[in-house]
Amino acid sequence: MCQVDEDYHDGLERAEVPSVSKKCVKCKEASAAVVIRAGDTYCRGCFKEYFIHKFRAMLGKNRIIFPGEKVLLAVSGGPSSSSMLSQVQEGLSQNAHKKLRFLPGIVYIDEGGAVGQSVEERQRTVAELQAVFKATGFPFHMVPLEQVLDLPSSVVVTAPAASEQPASAYKAAVDHFIQSDSSSCSTAQDHEQTSVPEVQESHTQLLQQLIGSAQTLTARQDLLNTLRHHLLVHTARTEGYSKLMLGDNCTRVAVKLLTSISLGRGAQLAQDTGFADSRYGDIILVRPMRDYSAKEIAYYNHMFSVPSVFIPGGDTKTTDKASIQRLTESFVTKLQADFPSTVSTIYRTSEKLQTACRNSSTADQADRCLLCMCALDTAVENASAFQATLTSEQLSQNKPSGATGTENPRQNPAPVEQESTAPSGQCCSSGGEDCGRTERGGGGGCCSSAKEPERTDLKSLLCYSCQLTIKDMSSLERLPQYILSEAQRRQRRSQMREEISEFLLDDGDEGS
Amino acid sequence: MAAPVAIHLEFGGGAELLFNGVKEHHVTLPSQSEPWDMKQLLVWIQRNLLKERPELFVQGDSVRPGILVLINDADWELMGELDYQLQDQDNVVFISTLHGG
Repeated sequence: MCQVDEDYHDGLERAEVPSVSKKCVKCKEASAAVVIRAGDTYCRGCFKEYFIHKFRAMLGKNRIIFPGEKVLLAVSGGPSSSSMLSQVQEGLSQNAHKKLRFLPGIVYIDEGGAVGQSVEERQRTVAELQAVFKATGFPFHMVPLEQVLDLPSSVVVTAPAASEQPASAYKAAVDHFIQSDSSSCSTAQDHEQTSVPEVQESHTQLLQQLIGSAQTLTARQDLLNTLRHHLLVHTARTEGYSKLMLGDNCTRVAVKLLTSISLGRGAQLAQDTGFADSRYGDIILVRPMRDYSAKEIAYYNHMFSVPSVFIPGGDTKTTDKASIQRLTESFVTKLQADFPSTVSTIYRTSEKLQTACRNSSTADQADRCLLCMCALDTAVENASAFQATLTSEQLSQNKPSGATGTENPRQNPAPVEQESTAPSGQCCSSGGEDCGRTERGGGGGCCSSAKEPERTDLKSLLCYSCQLTIKDMSSLERLPQYILSEAQRRQRRSQMREEISEFLLDDGDEGS
Repeated sequence: MAAPVAIHLEFGGGAELLFNGVKEHHVTLPSQSEPWDMKQLLVWIQRNLLKERPELFVQGDSVRPGILVLINDADWELMGELDYQLQDQDNVVFISTLHGG
C-alpha cells in the first residue's frame, strides 16, 4: 500500500459492463439510458422524474425558502445554473403536483470584460441568454461585471438578518400562503424588461487592469469569484430579493471543497460549500443543485434540451496545472473515473462540516474578512499554524536566494508584502514594478504606514486566504473603490477604538 | 471488409472549442477491414477533426475524464464504452463537464 509506483489497476476489478439490454432499476420495464452511480441505470422517464423530485426534495427538506419569497437565480448560462433555472420553471408550472411557491427572478453577470471577450462576442452571448430568459417569463437582470467598480461600500458590510424565524414559522407561512393567494403568484409577475446597461470602454479597461493585476490564474479566479459574489449580493439587495440561488453542483462542491482547503480557506469551508450561506446577513445564498453530479446535469440537459450557453472563461483551454482550481478539478475527475464514489464521498464530508469557532452569523462587523465576508481566522494565539506560517515566511524572505521554489501555482514570485522592518532592496529580488514602488513607499525600513496605507490596512482586514490572493496582486490601487473605502473606514474605527480603549469598560466590545 | 460508416458527431459543454467551435459534424468513416469501434473512432477524430490540444480531449485510449459520451442518446457505459461497434447512422455526443470546457 501507498508506494510511489504502486499500480492499483490490477486490484481494480472492472465492474461488469452492463449491456444496453439492461433495464431501468426503477420501472424495470424500459431499457436504460443513463448510468448515474455504478450500477444504477435509469430509463429516460424515470431519470426525469428522479431529477425533478430531487430538486423539490432539496428545497422541501431544508425549508429555507419561504412561500411568496423573492428569490434571485444566479444564472451564468452554464449547464448547472441553466438546469437550475429549468427546474424552477418546472416547479412553478401549474401542472406540477408539488408546486414551488416562491417568486423567482434571474440575474446574469456578464464577465466577458474580465476575460477579454470582444464587445460583439459579449453582445451575442447576452442576446442569446436574453432569449432564454424571456422564454421563462421571469423578470431578469443582465449585469455587466464592470458595475462592480461602482458598488457602494455597504456591499461588504453584513446587513442585519431579517428576524430569526423559528422552525414552526415555515409551516405557518405555507398555510397562510395557501389560504391567501396561491393562484395569483405566477400570474402577477411583472415582465419587466431590463435592458443591458451600456458599458463604458474605460470601465472595461479598469476591470481588465484589476483582474490582470492578479499575477496567478489562481488569484485571478479567486478575485473574480469574490467580485462576482459582491455584485450578485448587491443586485439582490437593490432589487429586493432575500435569497440568492447559486448553481453549484455536487462535482463543483467537491472540487471547491478541496480547492478551498488548498487555498487556506479551511475555516470558511462550511460556508463556501454548504446548502445555505448566511455570511451576508440579509441575503441568504442557497445552493439547491449541490445534490446533482455534473454528469446527471449534463445528461438531463442533453436529453430534455435544456438550453445553456457556453461562455469561455479565463481557464478555458488551459492545462491542468494552470491554477489550483484547475488542478483540483482534474484530480477529482481523474480519481472519479476509476473510483466512482470519489465525488460523493467528498461531498458527504462537506455536509458534515461546521465552523467550530465563532458562529459567523454572530461575528462582529470588524471580525469579518473584507473580501469574502467570512469570520476572520487570523485572530489566533501565538502557538498556531497561522503564526508559524507568518514567521517562516518572514524568515525565508530575509534570504532572497532561497525564496523561489515556485512549483506551486499559489506561490508568489514577488514577496510584495514585506514586513515594514525589512530593508529595502531585498524584496526586489524577484522584480515587478510594483515591488519597487512598495519599497519606495516603505522607505529605508521605516514604518510604511504613512505612504502605503492600503496594503498594510488591507492585510489586517482579510482572512488568511484572501491575504494570499491579495499578495498575488501587483497593485492594490486597482481594487474597486468600495473595497478601499470600506477598508479605510474599518481602519479608522479600530484606530479610534484603540485610542479610547482606556476609557472603555470592557475590551471594546460595545464599540460597534 | 466493412462498408463505410456514416455517423453524426456532436460536441458540447466547451468541447466544441477544440473543433473550431463547430458543434455538429456529419462524417463518414472510410471502409476498413475490421468493423469500426469507439476506440478507433477516437483515434480517427484525433487525426481528422481535432484542431488543437489533443490532451484536452483524449487521454490514453479513452476520452479525458470529465468528458461524457452518449451513443444514440444513451450513456456509453451501457454500450460497452470503447468496445462498442459503430453502426451506420449512429449518433455520438461528447459533452465536457469540466469548468471552462
